[in-house]
Amino acid sequence: MASTNDPFQFQEFEEAGNLLEANRDATTISIEDDEIKPEKQRRAAAFSPDGEDEDPLASDDKTELLSGQQKSVPFWTFEYYQRLFDIETHHVKERIIGSMLPWPGKNFIHLYLRRNPDLYGPFWICTTLVFAIAISGNLANFLVHLGKPNYKYTPEFQKVTIAATAIFSYAWFVPLALWGFLLWRNNKIMNLVSYSFMEIVCVYGYSLAIYIPAVVLWILPYEWLRWCTIVVALCLSGSVLVMTFWPAVKDDHPKIIIAIMSAIVLLNVLLAVGCKAYFFSKPEQALPADISAATDVTKAPSPT
Amino acid sequence: MAAAADEASRPFAGLSDVSISEDIPVEGDISVPVGPSTRRRNDDEFSTLDEPVRETILRDLRAVGKKFIHVLYPKRSSALLRDWDLWGPLLLCVTLALLLQGGAADSDYQGGPQFAEVFVIVWFGSIIITLNSKLLGGTISFFQSLCVLGYCIMPLTAAMAVCRIVLVAGSGTVSFAVRLVVVTASFGWSTFASTAFLADSQPANRKALVVYPVFLFYFVIGWMVLTFSPSQ
Repeated sequence: MASTNDPFQFQEFEEAGNLLEANRDATTISIEDDEIKPEKQRRAAAFSPDGEDEDPLASDDKTELLSGQQKSVPFWTFEYYQRLFDIETHHVKERIIGSMLPWPGKNFIHLYLRRNPDLYGPFWICTTLVFAIAISGNLANFLVHLGKPNYKYTPEFQKVTIAATAIFSYAWFVPLALWGFLLWRNNKIMNLVSYSFMEIVCVYGYSLAIYIPAVVLWILPYEWLRWCTIVVALCLSGSVLVMTFWPAVKDDHPKIIIAIMSAIVLLNVLLAVGCKAYFFSKPEQALPADISAATDVTKAPSPT
Repeated sequence: MAAAADEASRPFAGLSDVSISEDIPVEGDISVPVGPSTRRRNDDEFSTLDEPVRETILRDLRAVGKKFIHVLYPKRSSALLRDWDLWGPLLLCVTLALLLQGGAADSDYQGGPQFAEVFVIVWFGSIIITLNSKLLGGTISFFQSLCVLGYCIMPLTAAMAVCRIVLVAGSGTVSFAVRLVVVTASFGWSTFASTAFLADSQPANRKALVVYPVFLFYFVIGWMVLTFSPSQ
């Protein structure tokens, strides 16, 4: 009389996962987090799809979720921006790690963003990078000139403004141009994959995350170390960007594909090398002390 | 017929058992006190037009001082949050910006932050952190958050004053080590104090997302304090 399936026994999660995969063709990532469940019951309408993978009641949440996402809010309301901050700590951590470790075949937008782009990551990564560049550049200049008798330390605070302009314009205008270009190509060639503007901004923002440890490493005044780290950082962040945008352009004319991919990589290289050249002066060896101190303090090589 | 007459003589007899029980006394005063007495009481409590100016200023200064003490011993109290004011932050910001002046004063190449830059960083930084906290779903109000962030700059302003005193004595390695210790301690204190006030207003899975910008904010201000180099 007593069935072997004790209703009070804990049901394995694989059943729910199999149920879900019968419903949707999406690959699921199991994210073990106890806090997702009460969060989900409270705000099912606006919650990100990442948490759906564990919920056996997915159908109810899914309809609510879909209906919540289809309601579009005008961009001048506070609620529009609140929707862009609808993430949790572990989401941000996963996205940052995913932007640093590109895996062939895994698309950043499909894997991590899952239709829930956020503005928190890009904005705070850019801000951190701005201050990291300014502070590291200052420290590097100080270490290069340490011991020289005529060197007067200055905090060089004006460089923060310049760094902020460079980084934020890279993180906003390049995605805008890319999004416009992809939209234009989409009109000509029907593409299955299309990214929204916020998703492209999100990818670009998170792809800058690898530069923060790289910039900190540039404090040490060794040219070989700086070039090694810049090459490594360029490879990682460039490959994340290339792999993300490959599905969006692969059906296109080969020349367009090459143009787009090389533009993405080239702009990335320009930003990295430009920052290194402007903010981090080379350690100079055989120059007389007073001349080098005077020229290094007052020279301001413009990247343009 | 006697019953009918009985009924007629007591037409509302059926109401006698409608449920006002006799042992609950119903009493009260339904007259609204109208008249000069109430108005005068209200005026005494809320009107501050008649008091001397010194008392007005002292009341605000006392409120500001009480909040300074709350920052010195940060515990999760709601007094700072309830009666927010922006006098304290303004005072601290002006003091910090003034103390950061007069350094590395080559005539054309000022290396340190200008007065306006300090102001912009402190106020825009606080506004951006507050917006960030509200967008993440925080329950704290805009000005309350500005108030907390502004008041918690106090340890860093105190560190700046200490640094300037240490720099008068000398600017070698020892003084740098002392300044580094002082600035690090006050940066930790500021961050700890502000998160003690702000942490409760966020759900648990987003606390780190709110604390990190505060950390970055005080780190940048600490950096400005530490790298202040005097003119020689």
